[in-house]
This record gives sequence, structure tokens and C-alpha cells, in this order.
Amino acid sequence: MPRSESDIAIVGYAISPMLRRTDQTETMMMLPVVAGAIKSAGLTKDDIGFTVSGSCDYLSGQAFSFVSNVDAYGAWPPINESHVEMDGSFALYEAFVRLLQGDIDTAVAAGVGKNSNSDPSTLYTIEMDPYYLTPLGADPWSLHALQYRALLDSGKATERDVAELVARNRASAKENIHAQVSGDYDVDELLAADYIRTPLRRHDLPPITDGCAAVVLARGQKAYELCERPAWITGIDHRIEPHLPTLRDLTTSVSTTRAAKGAGLAAGPVEVAELHAPFSYQELILAESLGLGADTQINPSGGALAANPVMATGLIRMIEAAKQIIENGKRRTLAHTTSGPCLQQNLVAILEGDE
Amino acid sequence: MSHQPVAVVGIGQTHHKKRRGDVSIAGLVREAASRALEDANMDWGDIDAVVLGKAPDLFEGVMKPEMFLADALGANGKPMFRVHTAGSVGGSTGIVGSHLVGAGRHKRVLSVAFEKQSEGNAQFALGGGKGGSIGAGGAFAPFIRAYIRRSGAPEDVGWKVAVKDRQNGAKNPYAHLKLADITIDKVRESPMMWDPLHFLESCPSSDGACAVVFTDEDGGKAASKPPAWVLATAMKSEPSTFAGRDPVSPLGAHMCSAEIYKQVGITNPREQIDCAELYVPFSWYEPMWLEAHDIAAPGDGWRMTADGDTELTGSFPVNMSGGVLSSNPIGASGLLRFAEAALQVRGQAGDHQVPDAKLALAQAYGANAQFFAMWAVGSSLDPLG
Repeated sequence: MPRSESDIAIVGYAISPMLRRTDQTETMMMLPVVAGAIKSAGLTKDDIGFTVSGSCDYLSGQAFSFVSNVDAYGAWPPINESHVEMDGSFALYEAFVRLLQGDIDTAVAAGVGKNSNSDPSTLYTIEMDPYYLTPLGADPWSLHALQYRALLDSGKATERDVAELVARNRASAKENIHAQVSGDYDVDELLAADYIRTPLRRHDLPPITDGCAAVVLARGQKAYELCERPAWITGIDHRIEPHLPTLRDLTTSVSTTRAAKGAGLAAGPVEVAELHAPFSYQELILAESLGLGADTQINPSGGALAANPVMATGLIRMIEAAKQIIENGKRRTLAHTTSGPCLQQNLVAILEGDE
Repeated sequence: MSHQPVAVVGIGQTHHKKRRGDVSIAGLVREAASRALEDANMDWGDIDAVVLGKAPDLFEGVMKPEMFLADALGANGKPMFRVHTAGSVGGSTGIVGSHLVGAGRHKRVLSVAFEKQSEGNAQFALGGGKGGSIGAGGAFAPFIRAYIRRSGAPEDVGWKVAVKDRQNGAKNPYAHLKLADITIDKVRESPMMWDPLHFLESCPSSDGACAVVFTDEDGGKAASKPPAWVLATAMKSEPSTFAGRDPVSPLGAHMCSAEIYKQVGITNPREQIDCAELYVPFSWYEPMWLEAHDIAAPGDGWRMTADGDTELTGSFPVNMSGGVLSSNPIGASGLLRFAEAALQVRGQAGDHQVPDAKLALAQAYGANAQFFAMWAVGSSLDPLG
């Protein structure tokens, strides 16, 4: 399909090392990654029309933490810039919409998370409804154990199915230089591990990761100038659901299905899907909600179980899906991001390479 | 290619107060959003996507509050987006919402911004939650002193802004502070906070929210009330600290307004713009922004204030709503500026209406006077034509 000046592609990217803990600030983590992404597209910072990042004050432990991250862009002379308190894949969405205004043809989107600063079991209780759920200490382990339990009770999956996907993701991650957790694991041994919140076992949780990622987007003909085989974002959409987990059927993801419809998934098969499933069993819910069949390879990177720098994990799915096109010659791939408790909010993007 | 015309067809805000103990955070944003939908003659189901903006989550102690506010804002099943660009965030929230329509992504978008300062302690949060902080006034006072030294402005300029904005605020039914009897003497005699800023030259801490409904050209033309057309948007950022920057008259501020003027075709902003809502949390920022946005020549901004040009009945009214000095729900303060500019060109600003306003400018800034968001709105798509 010929591309027009309103088509937008990923043409460059960079990913930081994925570490359990770094002494670097977010700004220090971002600087080489943003510069690296721009360089990978053969550009310099002065060529970039718009820059936007995603990060979270509560992860860095400071109000206005993103303000100093502007230093990572070399924002002088002053630049067109924005920030979202969302995963970097939503920053990419803002950049995508900004490019559609038509006055610029390149943009950078980044995501950064310094997750080692906090204990997820206490931090994420304050991501919940402050009147009804935070006071309960509704922590992610407990909430996601409930979701996992609901999935098992529905008969759609067994603990063995989930242990098998954990083993598969960790094995796939062996080939991923950005993986924090990888290796060969025996399913029976995984199933013999203790529960931390029944039915969740430790290997069902994502690692705690410090890391960041950045992409360069280009519009129209500019994408061909910067990249031999651009990964065209032919569709991107995101949807949210009610916050209270009790108001949702936790065994399915309506918002993922809707976002996939909006992104145009139905127009053809996808060869690879990079799904943001920080809790192991969620991959099964997502795959079903997307209607993915056996012909779609899921998470060849190892997914969020291999590394989970919250606020960048979704953007890394986008990069992994783009790499499949740019480097591996795939035709059509899917990238997904989730946010909030028990898959409350989901973004789906369809990426395509030229014939 | 270029973006499609975008119209503001609904505007709503809360009654801003020191403490809105009568509503939850969800109730606060819903109050503003409901008023905006009513103004637009729409219902929740008409909205295709929601954009939420607010300043740091540490202000209320809720991380990513858009997650739980999805229900109150009728976002279930829809796209919900969360912007955070420091003090300019309210402006960015409006800009991102307008771009979603302009890019053809959606037909009707609701942008909402809020802050419920009474839920927490902004001063504490500004210090990163690690103890005391000098606060915004302490951060900006050195820039203000530098401006006064540079421009030779007389000391009563700040007092005049404080009086003028509170008198305007007294005409605005939604304003937090209603100090109709404020005088120059009262401002001068109020306690010194951060030299040269007195207590009455400083913004209040407010609970409040603002909401704006955007739609496309067809929707704007079919609207039951006159729309405001978004003629130009711009966002600029520069580093917090950098030896080459001038924090008194930031290059980003000049570039941001220059981009707006270019898009609209404004060659003489002082003459062609009918009124402006500028983010003035401390009195002296009125003359400083008039200069940094090239509405006044360097050193002349204070003369506009001193001569009464920026009064509601002056030749270039500024902060007709009463501005940030009268209401400051931080995350919403930028969108309130953007919304007031739209109200003016819609002719719906009530007692603080500038007669026959056709072209209005709105601005918000943030952090260390380094993030800028602006838009220009018009009563038609070609108000200069």
C-alpha cells in the first residue's frame, strides 16, 4: 500500500540496560537513550520537531520529576515538548497525534521508570480509588491474585498453562539483550514453588526494573529518508474500563478488544504480538481478547516478565514489534500496553512493513 | 496536509474555593465536566475521548488519579489520556484535546483539568515530599526582582495588578477570591511574603476544576451557542537551569507566542489581539509576560499596567476572569485561562466580558518559568479578515 504524508512510522529507537537497581537518576538514564534513538535514525536533536515523554512522579518519588528530564533532550534553543503521566507508549500516541497536525515530520517519544525507589506492594495501593480501595491496602499482588483466581475458576486456563507460558517467556528472553530475567525453567519445578498470594507464585510477577526507552517517529516521505524499512503505525487506539475491579469481568479485557478494533487488527493476521502482561496469566486474557491464533508468535522478547520498567514497558513492546519489521522483515505486528489494576486501560497498535 | 478546524463548544468550571469539602475529587471534576456538557448541549454519550490534566499527583496523594476518575468522567469504553506538564498542564490539556479533533482522531473530545489542593499540602509536595521548600513565590521572587531592576518599574505596578485582578475576580461568579473592596493600600500593607511580593500579590490555594468540549468544523457550525475557534496552539520547553537562559524573559516564552502570532497572522499583537488571559500567579508576572510574549516592548510592560491599559475597560484587557490571582486550582489554572479566552470570543463572559472580543490569547507556564503553553481563539476562523 502506498504511504501518504499522513502515515507515520517508527524509524529509530534505543533501550537502556534493564537493571534491578541503578544509582542513576531518570534524567541520567534518559540522556544516552534519547540521544541513541535520535542517532539511530541518522538525526541530531535539532532535527526533532516534537519531544514527549512518559514517567510517573510517584515512581521517582518526587513531584515534578519530569522537569529535570528536559535536560536529557538538550532543550536549547527551546523545543516543542510535552509529558504524560502514562507509559511511554501513550507518549508515542501524543507524538503520533502531534505529527498529524502536519507542520512537523519527526518526533521523539520516550518512557522512563525508576522502579527500584519504591516497594510496589505499598506504592500501587495509592494508584487505587482513594476513598474505597486505598484504605483497604488493595495492593497489586492481592488484586492480581483475585484476577488470576477468576481466570482459573472460569475454566479458561490452568496453573500449568500459566507455568508453561512463564517458561516460554523466560526461554525467549535468552535471546533478548535487554532481558533482566531469562533462562530455561522446568514447568513442574515452577508449579512446585510456593504461592505468595494464592494462586500467584513469585514467577508470575514481573521483575522490578529501572530502565527507559525512546523511539523516533517520522511522517510520510521523511520516514523513507531515515529508515530503509519503516515500521508504519497503521492503527493505534486505547480504551479504559471502570476502575473498580468488582465492576468488570476480570477474565476478559473488553478495552483491549475495543482498542484492537479501533487499531484495525481485523484487517489481517499479525505475525508477532508483543503483549504487555506484567502478571503472567494476563497474557492468556489478552491473547483471547485480541483473538490471536496459533499463527501469531507472542512475546519473542520475553515480554514484561523479562523486564518491567514501569512507564517504559509498553513503549518497549512497541519497539520490539517495530524491530520485527525493521530488522526481521516481518509484515504485520502488534504492540500492546496496559495500565492500572487488572488490565483497566489498554492500548493496541498495529505496525506494518512495506511489501 | 494540515489539521482541520477545531471549535470550543462547551465550557464548564467549578466554584473555586479554599476547600471544596462538599465534593470528592470525582465530584469536583464531574461538576466542571457536567457544566461543559450542558453548555455544549451534549450528554456523556456524545463524547468520544477524555483528556485529563493535573499538576503533581503528590498534591492529592493519589497516583495516576485518571484511573479512578474514568468512571466519574464517563470514560468507560473510551480513550482516556493523562497530561502532566507542570503549571502549564491545564493549557497542554486543552491543546492535546484540540489536537485529537484537529487530527481527525475524534469528533468530540472532553478536556478536564483539576486540582484539589485541600486534599494535601502543595508546599510540602513541591519540596519533593522531603521537607520544606521555598515554594513557588520563593522561586519566582528573584526573577521578579531582576525584572524590576532591569526595567526600572515603580514598586506600585505589582500592587495595581493585584487590585485589578481581584476586582475582575469579583465580577466572576466562579472565582475563589472576591475582594471587591481591595485597595492599593491594603495590598501594600499586607504581609511581605517573598520580597517584593506581599501576601495580596500572591495566588490563593484553591480546589477547582475546568472542562472544555471540542468538536470539529461541522460541530462548531451546528452548535447551539456561538463557538470559539482554536486558531493556533503552541508548547515550548527549556531547561530549568542553564547559564545561557534568561529566566526573567525566557526565550521559550518569546518563541511560543511568536509561533502563535505566525499561525494566526498577527503582526501587531498589542493592536490585533482583543484581550489576553496570562498565567499570573504573582502580580509582577503581568508586565513580565506582556514583554516576554512581545505584546509590549522590553521595559514597557509595566507601563501598560501603570497606565491602566490592562484593566477590563482598558485598551488591552488582561485576566478578565480575575486570573490565577483570584483562583488557583493549580492543574486547572492553565485550562481556566484557555477557557476564559474562549468565553470572551463567544461573548459569554458575563460581567467580565470585553465588548466585541474577536481574538483572544491565553497562556500558561510552569516549573521554573520554563514550560509554556498558549493558544489563540477567535469568534470566527478568520477574525483578522
